Amino acid sequence: MNGGTFRREFEVTGGDFYNAGRVSTEIKEILRQIGIAAPKIRRIAIAAYEAEMNIVMYARSGMVILQVTPEIVRLDVSDVGPGIENIELAMQEGYSTASEEMRALGFGAGMGLPNIKKNADRFEIRSEVGKGTTLEIEVNL
Amino acid sequence: MTRNGGSIRIDEARCTGDMACMRVCPTEAIRVRGGKARLLESRCIDCGECIRVCRPRAVSPVTNSFAELSRFDYRVALASPVIYGQFGPAASPERILAALEKAGFDCAVDSTQTCEAVSAAIGHYLRTSGGPRPLISCFCPTVLRLIEVRYPELIELVIPIESPKEILAREVRKAKARDLNLPEDRIGIIYLTPCPGKMLDVLERPGRRRSNVNGAIAISDIYRTVRSLLPIARGSGGGRPQISAVGLTWATLGGQTAFLPPEHRLEVAGLRNVERILTDIEMGKLRDVEYVELHTCPDGCVSGSLLVENPYVARGRILEIIGRLGPQPRERELAEFCEKGEYLADRNLSAQAPGALDLDVGRAISKIRRLEDIQQLVPNINCGACGAPSCTAFAEDVVREEAHLNDCVFMALSQLRAKHNQVVDVVREAKG
Ligand SMILES: Nc1ncnc2c1ncn2[C@@H]1O[C@H](COP(=O)(O)OP(=O)(O)O)[C@@H](O)[C@H]1O
Ligand code: SF4
Ligand SMILES: [Mg+2]
Repeated sequence: MNGGTFRREFEVTGGDFYNAGRVSTEIKEILRQIGIAAPKIRRIAIAAYEAEMNIVMYARSGMVILQVTPEIVRLDVSDVGPGIENIELAMQEGYSTASEEMRALGFGAGMGLPNIKKNADRFEIRSEVGKGTTLEIEVNL
Repeated sequence: MTRNGGSIRIDEARCTGDMACMRVCPTEAIRVRGGKARLLESRCIDCGECIRVCRPRAVSPVTNSFAELSRFDYRVALASPVIYGQFGPAASPERILAALEKAGFDCAVDSTQTCEAVSAAIGHYLRTSGGPRPLISCFCPTVLRLIEVRYPELIELVIPIESPKEILAREVRKAKARDLNLPEDRIGIIYLTPCPGKMLDVLERPGRRRSNVNGAIAISDIYRTVRSLLPIARGSGGGRPQISAVGLTWATLGGQTAFLPPEHRLEVAGLRNVERILTDIEMGKLRDVEYVELHTCPDGCVSGSLLVENPYVARGRILEIIGRLGPQPRERELAEFCEKGEYLADRNLSAQAPGALDLDVGRAISKIRRLEDIQQLVPNINCGACGAPSCTAFAEDVVREEAHLNDCVFMALSQLRAKHNQVVDVVREAKG
């Protein structure tokens, strides 16, 4: 990712349900201005939203870095938080450790990580218990 | 992408350049240049907010006039349910239809039964089709425009159902041609519209399917005529089909969803609220909801921009009429309508990208970086003096080369200061 790259960083605060979703909305707006095709925007927006929500729900704080070139859209998501003990389990559809409270708000269907993977052309997740989680999400243009 | 003719016209001679329209426009589609408002058609969603706020009445909808109807041998008025809320408690629906017939239409047709049939069709379609949810209602043209320009990703979720006015116009044309022994094209079917969006819906446009309706007249334009004829119009006028209560609800909220269980539906009104819901759907929320009924006007169609009566009074009146209607068992009829399946319609929506800074992604990336630089320069107080509704919109205009950085008074001023200081320096040097 060199010369013609657009890059922007967004901060996400853990537990801030009021502002949850703003980062993904802003990302979508930028992609629209860049003229990315609608179906790709939808895939990226869904992935960004699920990633943003996981920071809000489980982590203390986090960061989303958006990079766009004519070939690719890339999201680097990283957080400071509890991390994930068993990634394989977390990736399973329907698996969730969301609290009763979060479920009452309509979250915790356990589809977030699987949906990110489904919408990405390349997806990588790394996590260290007690430290945090990082995601690399790419969609080819 | 440009459109061939929008629904809104700005009369330059009347425009005072007061910027009220520019400030209210939800899609930032208006600029004031040289003291006159100008519409960027590719961004306009025909919501009519500018018409509402224009004091000098320079902004008006492009509607048909009554005089244009003389080219038809037989003229039919299609009454949208909202019209029944416009004339106060003394005017029954039958009486309003009779007054329309006195006003120069050969026949005025109620549309509430067709609206009810379409409500049933929505339920039928949801039960019999698979695919992603929620499906999005397609009867507010402004919502459809909004989806095309802002949420093109959601086009596939728009329910493919024909609007009541199209279905009814098709039926009425056939029936009248047969009964009167006239060629179908000699019959003029005119929709009485509450908003510029529905007006535009019936205009012929390239790339769009042809409407069964021949024209539209703003309800505000026929209001006085109808009002003056009400006292001499006879209400009972036997032979009219009964008004449908579910159909009447189409004037407010919840008409489309009348046959859906509450847990599977949402009714949302007002442009900002519609935008919020569309954003949620886009992010993949609301998967448990089957259908969302959307209206961009704040209280549904009773608050359309081409109506006269206060929307709350109008809604009260509609509810009152509904309250007087007796039981209306129509299950058999509705089921037959649904089984025929003739309610399906391809909406032909096309993703449009008026938001893109450039057609080439590489160039758009350079431009969006430039945009960020300009956003750092401008004061971000949205004063509007440059003729753009916000500093962000102005920065975009500059990047698109539709405005010059010095059109911002603050930019011009700081340049002037810089020049002034240069001059002062030169003078000082000369003196020194
Ligand atoms: N950033 C994160 N930090 C800590 N745990 C996480 C994070 N993201 C996901 N998880 C864990 O993985 C599980 C599955 O996540 P996800 O698929 O998004 O479903 P949901 O958020 O509905 O629970 C979560 O319940 C949580 O235990
Ligand atoms: S809510 Fe009704 S009146 Fe308002 S723009 Fe939409 S269709 Fe027209
Ligand atoms: Mg999640």
